[in-house]
Amino acid sequence: MENVTFKIDGRDCIAEKGQNLIEAAKQNGIFIPTLCLFKHLNPIGSCRVCTVKSNGRSMAGCTLTVDENMDFEVNTPELLDTRKAILEMMFVEGNHFCPSCEKSGDCQMQNLGYETGISHTRFPHLFVDRRVDARPERIVINQNRCIKCKRCIEDIKTVDGYKVFNLTNRGNDTVVSVDYEQEAKLSESEAAYAMHICPTGSILVKGKSFSKPFGDRQFDFINAGKNVSLTDFKKNKITNFNRKIRLATTSLAGCFGCHMSLLDIDLGILDLLEVIEINKSPLTDIKQFSKRCDIGLIEGGCCNTDNIEVLREFRKNCDILVSVGECAIWGGLPAIRNTIPLEECLRESYLDSMTSEEGETIIPNHEDIPKILNKVYSNHEVVKIDYHIPGCPPNANHIWNVVKNLLFEGEHAIEFPEFKYD
Amino acid sequence: MDRTHLLNKLWEYQYQFGFVSDEAVSIISKKLNVSNIEIESVISFYHFFHKEPTGKHTIYLNNSIISELKGFEAIKAAFEKETGCTFDEQGNDEFSLFETSCIGLNDQEPAALINFMPFTGLTPKKVKLIIQKIRNGENVKDFASNVKSNIQYIPKDDKAIIFRPYEMGASIKEGLKHSPQEIIDKIYKSKLKGCGGAFFDVGYKWQSCKNNEADEKFIICNADEGEPGTFKDRAIFQHLPGLIIEGMVLAGYAVGAKEGVIYLRAEYQFFKEELEVLIQEFKNQNFLGKNIQGVNEFDFNIRIQLGAGSYVCGAASGLIESMEGRRGEPPVRAWSATKHGFKHKPTVVNNVESLAYASRIIELGEDFFLSMGTPKTPGTKLISISGDVAKPGIYEIEYGTSIRELLGIEMSQATAPYFVQVSGPSGEPVSPSEFDRRICMEDILCGGSFMVFNRTRDILHILRNFMEFFKEESCGVCTPCRAGNFILNEKIKKMQRGLASTIEIEEIKKWGNIIKISSRCGLGKSSPNSLIYSLDKFKEYFNLKIAPDNELQYVEFDMEAAVSEFDSIIKDTQL
Repeated sequence: MENVTFKIDGRDCIAEKGQNLIEAAKQNGIFIPTLCLFKHLNPIGSCRVCTVKSNGRSMAGCTLTVDENMDFEVNTPELLDTRKAILEMMFVEGNHFCPSCEKSGDCQMQNLGYETGISHTRFPHLFVDRRVDARPERIVINQNRCIKCKRCIEDIKTVDGYKVFNLTNRGNDTVVSVDYEQEAKLSESEAAYAMHICPTGSILVKGKSFSKPFGDRQFDFINAGKNVSLTDFKKNKITNFNRKIRLATTSLAGCFGCHMSLLDIDLGILDLLEVIEINKSPLTDIKQFSKRCDIGLIEGGCCNTDNIEVLREFRKNCDILVSVGECAIWGGLPAIRNTIPLEECLRESYLDSMTSEEGETIIPNHEDIPKILNKVYSNHEVVKIDYHIPGCPPNANHIWNVVKNLLFEGEHAIEFPEFKYD
Repeated sequence: MDRTHLLNKLWEYQYQFGFVSDEAVSIISKKLNVSNIEIESVISFYHFFHKEPTGKHTIYLNNSIISELKGFEAIKAAFEKETGCTFDEQGNDEFSLFETSCIGLNDQEPAALINFMPFTGLTPKKVKLIIQKIRNGENVKDFASNVKSNIQYIPKDDKAIIFRPYEMGASIKEGLKHSPQEIIDKIYKSKLKGCGGAFFDVGYKWQSCKNNEADEKFIICNADEGEPGTFKDRAIFQHLPGLIIEGMVLAGYAVGAKEGVIYLRAEYQFFKEELEVLIQEFKNQNFLGKNIQGVNEFDFNIRIQLGAGSYVCGAASGLIESMEGRRGEPPVRAWSATKHGFKHKPTVVNNVESLAYASRIIELGEDFFLSMGTPKTPGTKLISISGDVAKPGIYEIEYGTSIRELLGIEMSQATAPYFVQVSGPSGEPVSPSEFDRRICMEDILCGGSFMVFNRTRDILHILRNFMEFFKEESCGVCTPCRAGNFILNEKIKKMQRGLASTIEIEEIKKWGNIIKISSRCGLGKSSPNSLIYSLDKFKEYFNLKIAPDNELQYVEFDMEAAVSEFDSIIKDTQL
């Protein structure tokens, strides 16, 4: 085959004529992320994560082939942001609870989330109720996690050549449905293959997914994040504060796990106390702000009126607010209820539960008890949040490094692999 | 059975039983040798196919914006009251009610299709009467509305191109005097642009199809006119259907195709029979069939393929998918349809209006066509005007006509026009300061939909209707369009509740742009347009809708709405 020269972001590249752009770029040392593209399959062009510009026109990179003198833009700020945005759309469109997902750490979509540096999504989460279908013989389809990449549709066929999966409905109701009759024909290894090619945790093999908890974590590098010592920070950097910086923390609709994590730097906290003082916080048991604070760390999202009040008070009394952990960033586990009507949730808990006698119990309500909100809100839906630290919980070093960075006005860049969604 | 007959087969079941049952799915899938889920995926893609039983009479009420402005809610309530059914549910044995996007009757709203027969200008009283008649066993065909649109305007001094006296076979006879290449040259010279909305050069398309050698070629007439607000294709079908057939015959002659297909949108099936009669008449006169008009070995036949309710099928690539019996998802194709189209053979897909113009150009000569319009877009164009105008209907206008003229006393007679949507929801809204813009390639193009809204109309209401439409009609394959339109719709809702800040206005523009850059087909590439344009063009309106910035850095949050559900549950469950 003849070779052709073309340009990627102004750089000269060489590849075989007619080669797929993603491959050709890779050979020239340029990585273009993809989710739906899969080895031998024809390009599907459904996920759009590989969006690039070819001679100025935006196209899915996987559907392009290289030719002499073509000019591609791949890593321009606009395209990098577009790719990130598309991934964020996938996150908000489904219900991706990484901490409780079997595929976490082994998930291509999550990995791309790290790769593109998503700490929180710019879009509001949609919380559409999606089915988990356990009727198939060998597999479970969890629609919460499906990104409709169509890999399984194109690749999974029975021995006698029938498709097992296909899209049904359209618009935002589009789902990948399974043909029960054909699915029953799949062998164990074929079912495992289906699970393997799914870029998220949407297809799971029954009884298999927990055999090795949380999979192989092929996308996790062992790097828990190092505690950058204070002296390192102090070197070459001057803080604007000529006093101890004041910190406040709180846990809204969270589990206090993030607070536990805060304490996980062990003796490091003694170092820290040289430069910080903790005002209102469960750690100090100070209930009211006694002074205006510089940094507020918020764990958990807002599920009741009290959470909203506390959060607004923090906004009023802190210069910088940081959402810490999944719950604070987008609702997290408490937000699982967001796909279910509030009434059903309350009835199930208080009126129709196994232990409640009919006509004897009520849904707790009193002017002194906070009211439950119609759904769990993320903090940035209620007040302006300056920074987000993902993780469930975020690693202790990670949280404190952010605080130190803020303190010494360092470059605020905590990068993968330091942060995790689970 | 051939997969290309799948849609017809599904229609058979739909007509006969009111739905496509699991058994039917099994039977069809066995015949086609595919899995059941493949058939189900097709059924669930199209609006007019149902997996659950529907009543004996199906009522599809148009929910386009013009319908909403002309009393949609009252009509909806009337239908529900009279039939005892709820919209978008299964209904009872007798009736099923569904909302549906624009059915091409925007000049006669509110309109509905009952058993696919049109009923227009509905009022609650009329609804009551209709339901009574149906209950009395009368056939809806006997009392359906006459929906022929008024031709409100044609260029003066005998300059009309489409709407002038028509003589059957005139352009075919004229065309056959020339060689196929000469036909293409004439079309090419006339600079005729595709009238469906893409404005692709027709001559270029024909030439490229001719150049691709193959044993079989196809001419497809795209009569899937789905852009809300347009009904000009229906007008041609009802006034001068012969022009379309002649255009197809000429295209077939020019590129060397022997088969033509009219992909007729399901909403227009009420004139399908008439059209079939006409096709037979053309056959009888040897304008269709074998050795047409004595030209040796020039055979051409036309059949009608019925669509099943999908906006994306109006795009040529989605249309071909649909004709091949699949979901109408615009596919990733490395080749254009003129090389690998229907059945992977060279195919010309032309809009109804384009074909009608092609046959007029051959009949009247390209010079006549070139004597009008603007340098880039010569000739005339059909525009369908609806909304707050005294004379809704069809306008044949010379290219270069200004929007002000279109709205003026000579033409549509709009009352206090404020927001004019040119080219439908995927097009561009125009504000009063731009009314001097002209309809032509040099300025603003119009695929046919021209909706006029006066000062009393709420812009967010209009935009919400558009976005709901795109959300519903997205094929669901690519992420930005499927999720993005949903997200933008949520933003509009937030704005309607008065909770959007200046930051969010900026966000909408940025997010809309992302959807435009990254979507797979034209739907997603154009769906955010109206919203983005409006934010800039109607600043005085939006300034009143934006919440003021506050120093406390609270995000606008509606506490009352957030706790109202809890309050009402407590009220309901209080012992």
